Amino acid sequence: MSNKLKCSLCDKYATVHLTQIINNQIQKIDLCESCAQKKGVTDSEGFSLAEMLSNAEYQSDTLQETCDTCGLSLADFKKSGRFGCASCYVSFESVLKPILDEMHIGDKHIGKLPVRCLKTICKEEQIKTLKDKLNSAIKCEAYEDAAQYRDELDALMQSPEGV
Amino acid sequence: MIEELIKKASSKGIKSTSKASSVVISSRLRLARNLKNYTFPNRANIAQKCDILSNIETVLKDIPYMKKGYFFKMEELSSLEKKMLVERHWISRELSEIDEGSAVSISSDHLCSVMINEEDHLRIQFIKNGFNLNALWKTVNDFDDLLEDKLPYAFSKDLGYITACPTNLGTGLRASVMMHLPGLSISDNIEKVIRASNQLGLAVRGLFGEGSDASGHIYQISNQQTLGESEKDILDRLAGVLKNIIEHELNARIKYYEKNKEILIDKIHRSFGILQNCHLINSDEAMNHLSFMRMAIDLGFLPEEFRRLIDYLFIEIQPGHIQYPDSNISVELRDIKRAELLRNNFNKLPSLNFDK
Repeated sequence: MSNKLKCSLCDKYATVHLTQIINNQIQKIDLCESCAQKKGVTDSEGFSLAEMLSNAEYQSDTLQETCDTCGLSLADFKKSGRFGCASCYVSFESVLKPILDEMHIGDKHIGKLPVRCLKTICKEEQIKTLKDKLNSAIKCEAYEDAAQYRDELDALMQSPEGV
Repeated sequence: MIEELIKKASSKGIKSTSKASSVVISSRLRLARNLKNYTFPNRANIAQKCDILSNIETVLKDIPYMKKGYFFKMEELSSLEKKMLVERHWISRELSEIDEGSAVSISSDHLCSVMINEEDHLRIQFIKNGFNLNALWKTVNDFDDLLEDKLPYAFSKDLGYITACPTNLGTGLRASVMMHLPGLSISDNIEKVIRASNQLGLAVRGLFGEGSDASGHIYQISNQQTLGESEKDILDRLAGVLKNIIEHELNARIKYYEKNKEILIDKIHRSFGILQNCHLINSDEAMNHLSFMRMAIDLGFLPEEFRRLIDYLFIEIQPGHIQYPDSNISVELRDIKRAELLRNNFNKLPSLNFDK
């Protein structure tokens, strides 16, 4: 076997490959014999993968996932508690929900709305809707509609703020 | 520049006629904001941080309220100068540990400070004496509107203002009230208050925030949650709990005084004696004696007019302020200088009047 897996906790080769299903998601880890014994993997009753995942030292595939925009990994986030950019909130959306539930009163913002940001968000949403409409009009060969959507899109893109 | 700022703030502090309260020393509101399309300071390189800094600096210098104020780049300040800014609560400890690419802008009336490239691109903060949350929110909100008009903020309809740490997400608002709680402390009830506050989602910290101890019986109580609740609700909830704490504190003082009158008078009088006669004193000890002097005013043993002086000395006796401008003096010399400052001030005060 040329592609021998390495232990997730140290650099030795992994001989124990464990799969568990936690919250309907498959989690796999690979461990060498000594780490497996240390973590009680050989003792089937005393071992919980979930507990290990919450351990910051642990580097699973999930923890190595990175944000496309800034390159921050989930392991980095677990270590520092800070994200690297606004896109991290999208990249790590799945792990964020339980964190926010525990941290805050709700998971949706109900405070101040910044007028300028809202205009931009509104504009971005309008652009997306028009682009979707344009694409489906082209698909259906409804070229008159497509031309109208294209003109609306051009006008919107050139306007300084949303309409 | 920084010398002028500290001098002005000190003389303002001692002369201030603004309403001082027996329990709430000051209220502070802080907003965390980030600029759209830029990585957060912890992940940005120096060039990116400098770019963010110059964008924000240009906008701030255009706002009339900040125009006559002060602007300090962190790399241009000595560690002692940074320490003094921390002691005045104008910058955080975290910002004081950063050099290149970070700065602070302080308004000429010293009420507003804007930290640039701390944990977030912007930390806007307003501090006022007394218990002032709603009025303060109006000021902070208006100031935030001015910045938002010129700087595109990172914002999402669902998650609100996007911050580097998810603990600040949503409103980005941290409201923090500095309270003097000697009654609850000496009657050993402070633990209960801290536990109850924690259960209600509030954090209780010492004078200098996270990790600092509560010398001088001074505590900072602040909201921990920022998402899922409006700014008004956050402030109303905090104010509700604080009103309860104020009531408990005043009751604890009365009860303690009624039960242990001689013990309390002894503690206060001894503190007064030490402050008038000490020749070597560290800041913790000084803070605790000043705390009893603040209590002496609350109990009518000293005239109310001296409350400002006590609050002013709480800051002036901090290590950085005592040291300035000499960054290399020994701890012993610092304790000598602190004792001298206290003696000079307390020997001008009238004797304590316990007949009230």
